[in-house]
Amino acid sequence: MSATGHIGHTPPPFFKRGPAPLARLAFFVTLALLLLVADLRFRTLEVARMAVATVLWPLQKAVLLPVEGAGEAGNYFSNLASLQQENVELRQRQLAQANLLLRQAHLEDENRRLRALLAMQERLAVPARAAEILYAARDPFARRVIIDRGLTHGLETGQAVIDDLGVVGQITRAFPLTSEVTLLTDKNQLIPVQVARSGLRAVVAGAGSGAMELKFLPANADVQPDDTLVTSGLDGIYLPGLPVAKVISIDRNNSFSFARIEAMPLAGVERHGQVLVLGRRIAPELPEEPKEPVKKPGKGKRTAK
Amino acid sequence: MIQPTHSSRRILLPARGWFIYLSLCAALVLNLIPLGRLPGIPDWVALTLVFWCIHQPLKVGMGAAFFFGLAMDVANASVMGQHALAYVLLAFAAGGLSRRILWFPVVQQALHVLPLLLGTQFIMLLIRLVTGAEFPGVLYFLSSFVAVLLWHPLNYILLLPQYRAIEHDENRPI
Repeated sequence: MSATGHIGHTPPPFFKRGPAPLARLAFFVTLALLLLVADLRFRTLEVARMAVATVLWPLQKAVLLPVEGAGEAGNYFSNLASLQQENVELRQRQLAQANLLLRQAHLEDENRRLRALLAMQERLAVPARAAEILYAARDPFARRVIIDRGLTHGLETGQAVIDDLGVVGQITRAFPLTSEVTLLTDKNQLIPVQVARSGLRAVVAGAGSGAMELKFLPANADVQPDDTLVTSGLDGIYLPGLPVAKVISIDRNNSFSFARIEAMPLAGVERHGQVLVLGRRIAPELPEEPKEPVKKPGKGKRTAK
Repeated sequence: MIQPTHSSRRILLPARGWFIYLSLCAALVLNLIPLGRLPGIPDWVALTLVFWCIHQPLKVGMGAAFFFGLAMDVANASVMGQHALAYVLLAFAAGGLSRRILWFPVVQQALHVLPLLLGTQFIMLLIRLVTGAEFPGVLYFLSSFVAVLLWHPLNYILLLPQYRAIEHDENRPI
């Protein structure tokens, strides 16, 4: 009888080990899944992420030092010949662009006057801020880089980032001292473009492995290899006319409803260096609707009766 | 765990908590080094975590794995919970297999660790593919193989403080 009296009582444990491993596993897996869903669905964890990123920043900066040092040492010992070659290339490019650059001010003046004549909305110049790419994020699933300017320098999410050759990407997360730029070659990064030759509008998305894909164009679309794609500016984020990519190959297979058009980015998207963060474009205001006196149709009829 | 492996006759000093967490923090710092998209860089936190979960299953477990997973999520700018989930499952598996793995010599321990690390990478791959990321290529899995090659030196470095006897005696196995 004494044995039955103990039913329901577990024997005293010799070693306290807390809950069973399976229970702990269930708890932590549930917690991790909750975080996952909360981050993906509601984006509520951006504040927590910003706080932890700010705390981690000195550590990251300290870790960055040896890598930077190694890079600088490499630069110091880099070949004189390669520098000379780069110098020659830069001079040639400058000369090739001199024609356009020298007449730029004149053309802009002319453009403003013509636009004024046509009573069109003036295109506002946007402020730009130079930044340097610090490093590529280690996440192998996305193509992001970190630049050395952040919220304290007036940057915010959504701003466009360009380099000397074309569009690089867009700021997707702004931290106090750094920002995270999602490159154009990221699979989730879309940019509205138009074909410079024909004016055809389309959307370009990253296709992985450094390439891009022109999406949702019919098989008979007016696109040719070597066509340049520039931003169309329809999104209100990118200024119109910035070079984005060059068409590499077109596969017009009639068994699919869309053509498979591959493009390569023009900017040095996967390289490190200086970039320019463009200020937020001020979207043109919608024209005010003319105020007409609204007639109340019901009342007049009733009084007529 | 008072021996380097269960079949060893060597007796170790008890592991110190601060050294365990210092090594995990050092691994986190190593993971923060921005090496870009270079393939084959081992995940130091996962490797150190699996080592301590095998050698000290009562001291390091899923709680530490979850905490360091969150730190990695933020540092890596990846999806919150990706590393946390993978590391918790890794710690559970390593803690459960601890008593089996420690019967083997170090080289064969590494062969047991390989599927654990590959499984961790596979879980992270699965999470990211479900959320619509691109497949990073087969070279992504190279980092587990590199990590396993480092198991022997890691074993030596992380057990070094426990090998140091307070007073040296030739006739004692400590």
